[in-house]
This record gives sequence, structure tokens and C-alpha cells, in this order.
Amino acid sequence: MFARGLKRKCADSEDSPPAPPACSLQRQSLLDMSLVKLQLCHMLAEPNLCRSVLIANTVRQLQEEMSQDSAWQVPAPASAGRGPLERLVSTEILCRTPWEQQGGHSAADSGGSPAPDLLSEPPGAPSAQAPRGAPGCAWEAASPRESRGGFQRSLDQIFETLDSKAPRAAEGLFADVDGPYYDLDAVLTGMVGAKSVPGDGFETLAPTGAPPPGVSYKRDLGELDHVVEILVET
Amino acid sequence: MAGAGGGGCPASGNDLQWCFSQVKGAIDEDVAEADIISTVEFNYSGDLLATGDKGGRVVIFQREQENKSHPHSRGEYNVYSTFQSHEPEFDYLKSLEIEEKINKIRWLPQQNAAHFLLSTNDKTIKLWKISERDKRAEGYNLKDEDGRLRDPFRITALRVPILKPMDLMVEASPRRIFANAHTYHINSISVNSDHETYLSADDLRINLWHLEITDRSFNIVDIKPANMEELTEVITAAEFHPHQCNVFVYSSSKGTIRLCDMRSSALCDRHSKFFEEPEDPSSRSFFSEIISSISDVKFSHSGRYMMTRDYLSVKVWDLNMESRPVETHQVHEYLRSKLCSLYENDCIFDKFECCWNGPDSAIMTGSYNNFFRMFDRNTRRDVTLEASRENSKPRASLKPRRVCPGGKRKKDEISVDSLDFNKKILHTAWHPNDNIIAVAATNNLYIFQDKVN
Repeated sequence: MFARGLKRKCADSEDSPPAPPACSLQRQSLLDMSLVKLQLCHMLAEPNLCRSVLIANTVRQLQEEMSQDSAWQVPAPASAGRGPLERLVSTEILCRTPWEQQGGHSAADSGGSPAPDLLSEPPGAPSAQAPRGAPGCAWEAASPRESRGGFQRSLDQIFETLDSKAPRAAEGLFADVDGPYYDLDAVLTGMVGAKSVPGDGFETLAPTGAPPPGVSYKRDLGELDHVVEILVET
Repeated sequence: MAGAGGGGCPASGNDLQWCFSQVKGAIDEDVAEADIISTVEFNYSGDLLATGDKGGRVVIFQREQENKSHPHSRGEYNVYSTFQSHEPEFDYLKSLEIEEKINKIRWLPQQNAAHFLLSTNDKTIKLWKISERDKRAEGYNLKDEDGRLRDPFRITALRVPILKPMDLMVEASPRRIFANAHTYHINSISVNSDHETYLSADDLRINLWHLEITDRSFNIVDIKPANMEELTEVITAAEFHPHQCNVFVYSSSKGTIRLCDMRSSALCDRHSKFFEEPEDPSSRSFFSEIISSISDVKFSHSGRYMMTRDYLSVKVWDLNMESRPVETHQVHEYLRSKLCSLYENDCIFDKFECCWNGPDSAIMTGSYNNFFRMFDRNTRRDVTLEASRENSKPRASLKPRRVCPGGKRKKDEISVDSLDFNKKILHTAWHPNDNIIAVAATNNLYIFQDKVN
């Protein structure tokens, strides 16, 4: 991993033309790591609330920085081609999910599971996602074909998925979307009705690379959807 | 120089030569998860030392009476009582397991021959009575020696039962169970100086209990936001003031400490004092908040100061000054450049505890690689020591350790990259009066003493 801790000042330095790809790549990786951690901690028997809150705050801070940067950032020509691919690499962890399977069938699946993406909004706003299918896959699909404009578009896609109309995804982690159906405390302290055994969850998350078999995959997919629902709702 | 053995005020941490005294626990390289020690606490006299583990067990060690032929040698700690305090439970409503791990043990001041302690897991606090039995009644009329009931019609004469000595038996019995008051995980319990009440704190709430009453508790702090989307801060530790029974403090994941006075209102959501050190903008990073999260808060014995532990440092605060701590001691500053890796492997969320010595002149806390650190507040010196089986010869002196932050490694130094982050010392305790310390290293309990001349 990194030899040095991530320094905020790299975003603040304005003397030289800012090196957005390196910095934003670090940030993106950190964001990916944080989101994976959040999902993992929701899959454990007893999520540690302190840890979840600290990670969520870190995610929020990263989001803020990234949206600040996108305001003034101009992608350097030399890195435009590299940028999206590097983003592809750094989001690989997230992209290696059951929804990767849907990558080739995004249209068919857009109406399917309620929250088919770690970064997407609660069921309330699927329309933003539908045209693109699972945004993670959209990054994969869109990136290689893009140039400078594409870099910016990918960034926009990230921000839309992370940060949207009504509750932001990070805040949504603690939101009680389905109020009548969940006791708030119960949701916070555990997974209500979550059936997935930690083993299953780790399997589906682990970047094994090999596509899992179809049948058990659907079951895992269903469980993962359920967990993500809870993730978003909590 | 160390103070004269036994009497007087013991010298503080670094003028002493610390020596190995004992180690408890299995030597096995394969550590059973249940054996991992999760809390260590001396009682008020220091004669008893309690440990709790992840398996829900409590083991109490008692200090042997000093040997008359060796008046200067300190007594050893031997097992006094072992009992299962908490069992794993299953919350059917939430489909969740409730861990039996003992999060904290706190002793009650001794009032009679028996000893009392509070032990807690994530959800339930229990009051245990530990009592000795060294006599047995013999000569009952209605039952014979085997315990079998005698036929009343066969009894021709009456006798008075007499007490006969027996082998010492130490019994632990649960006297109170304080349950169903915490939705979130209990991280602290603290006995009040009135010896009648105590507080228990979870991530979002603090409750006040009376030791005699189990079906009711008062909620005195509640930081749960109405809209959970707005949750950004949790309670990490809480403690009663050692002398003022109306005062307590609680720390947060944002590095703040709030002091509350229970006389001001029933619900102490509004603090009397707010302690926070302004952030140093030059060292800001994405991990700044995480490493500022306070993992432990402890009042000094005098009640004038309190100490907080965050990820990289220990801070001493004067209760009369809220703007910044009066002392900051770096525990392992060399980790600052490794925060990203430590975030990745979750070590950055490790919760280290800290403790004062009796006279409040020294403080101690743990680190990685089975290292622990002591800071002398008077001489400003600090030392790093290691709890390891290699230094386990009786009365062997502990050699100070050094970590090389980077670059050239000197002889006897350890480089940061060689540190074992699985060997973490999270729990330490200092005898209330003497220079005896207990250090929990995973499943082993080390006891060190100062070398008495």
C-alpha cells in the first residue's frame, strides 16, 4: 500500500499545474477501500458503530474534496487517456461484484434489483441509473472509449452515484428509508433479516476473477441485494 | 533511584528498573480466540487482579502475602477464582449474536469480607460477589454426612452442628443482572464515588444505575440524532470523577471530551465543560479524524487531571483548561506515515487503553509488537518496553526498546516495517499503590515489578 499517508494538501497545491490523476487516483482508491469496508462491516454479525461512523465520515470528506476538485479541475491532455483506465483499475474491487455479470445486460437489469450498486441511491432514484445500468459497469463500458471529455464524464458519473438529489449515499448509510419496516435501532445494530452467512458475503466480494456459477450466483445476488438495501437504508 | 522497598512514595515510571515477575496464560503459538484478554483491572487495594477474556470468562488473581523470610520480595499473583461471567446469546429479534466478550471489569470498593465487581459485555452488566468459604458445618440432625436425609423418626438425640475448617473455596455468584438498557454496544462502566451508583455507556447513550436496582436505569446522555442520517459522532468512553459524585466525562470519536454535572439537569446533553484541542492544519490528512478518535479516558487519582488516548498519542488535560491539553505524549509517531496501510488492515481502529500510576506521576499505554510505553510526567522521560516470552526469566530486567522510524537502523533498534501489528497491547493496569503493572498481550498476562534493591 502507500508508504505515506494521504495528504490533503496535494489537492490544495496550486503552484504547479495540479496533478489530478495521481491525487484523485489515490483518493478514488481510498474511497473504494472505504466503501468496501463499509459493506463488509455491515455483513458482520455485529457491526461496530464507531468504525462505521468514522469510515462514513472519511467517505464524506473524500466526496467533498472530489466535488470541489471537479469544479476547477481541467484534465491534463497527457493523462486523459490514462485516467479512465486507472480509474477502472482502482474501482476494480467494486466492479468485481455480482453486478459485473449484469455489465453485458445492463438494459435488461435496470429494472431488476432495487439497488444494484454499492454507490447507488436508495430505491427512490433508480431512474438516474437505469439508462446506464449498473454505474460500475458503466465506468467499465464507457471508459476505454473516452478521451478527455470522457474523463470528465466518468467523474460526473461517480458524483451522480455518490451524491445526488435527496440523501447523499454516505449519509444514506444511516438513514432509515423504510421507516415502517425497520426498527431504527435494530437496523443500526445489525442486519435485520439478513440471511447471508459471512462466508457467502466474502465470497461474492472477493476479487476472485472467475465468474461464479449461475445458479448459486443468483442466490448470492439476492442476498447481496438484500444486504445492500440494508447498507443504503442504514 | 527507586524508593526504598515497600515504604514511602514509589518513584515514577522511569527511575525504576522494571523486571519480569510472572506471566499467565498458554505458551502455545496457536491462540484460541476465546483466550484473548479483553480487560485488566486491579481492585482498590491491589491485592486482587481481574482479567476478562473474549470467551466471557473472568479470572481473578490474588497477591500472596509477603514472605516473612524475604520481607522485601513482593508477593506473587496466583489464581484466586475463575468463573464464566457471560455466555454467548442470540438476539432473535435482530438475528444477531451477542458476543460474550468481557468489555470491562470494574471493582467495587470493599465493604465486607466479600469482593464485588461489575463485568459487562456488549449488552448486559453483571454484579458478581466473590466470597471465601473456609468452614463447613458438620453434625446436622436432619441429614447425615453424605447429605442424605435422615428419617425424622429415627432421630433419638439432638446435637448442635459445629463449624469445621475446610479447604478454602472461592465462590463467585451473580448478585445482580442489569440487562436490556442498551441498544448499542457498551464500551464503558464506571462506579461512582458514592459507591451506590454506576454508569454504563454505549455508542450513543449513557445510563445511570443504582447497584441495588436492576429493572430500571436513568438515561443521562443521549446523542442519538433524530435523523440517523446526521450521525457523525459516537461516544467512545465514559468515567465518573473519583471524588465528585455528580461529575462524569465522556469522550467521542471526534476527539472531544465533555464533562457533565448531574446536578444541572436530569439529561446531561449539555455539557458543563468541553475539551478539544484545535487541529494542526499542517498535519491534516484524510485520517485526521480517525486518529483523533479517543479510545480511553481516565481521571487521575487526584481528580485534578484526566488523560485521553487517541491513536498516536496520550494527552493529559487539566480539568480547569478546556482549550488544550497540558501534556501530549507521542506513543508511536512513526506510524503517522503508515496510516493508509493501517487503515487498510483496520489497525487504525484499534482501541488502546491508558492508565495512571498511584501518585499520578507516570502514565502507561500499549502499542504494537507487544511494546508498551511509560511516560514520567516529572522528568519528561519515556521508555518503551516489551512483553515477551524471551524476557521471561524471573526478575530479569526489561531492556528499553527502540523503533527506528526509517533509514538507517542502529543496532538493537527495530524498523517500523518489522513491527508485528497482530501483537497489540490494548489493556494495561497499574497497581494503585505499588510499582506493579499488569500488561495483557493477546492471551498472556504479564506482571512486571520494579527491582527492589
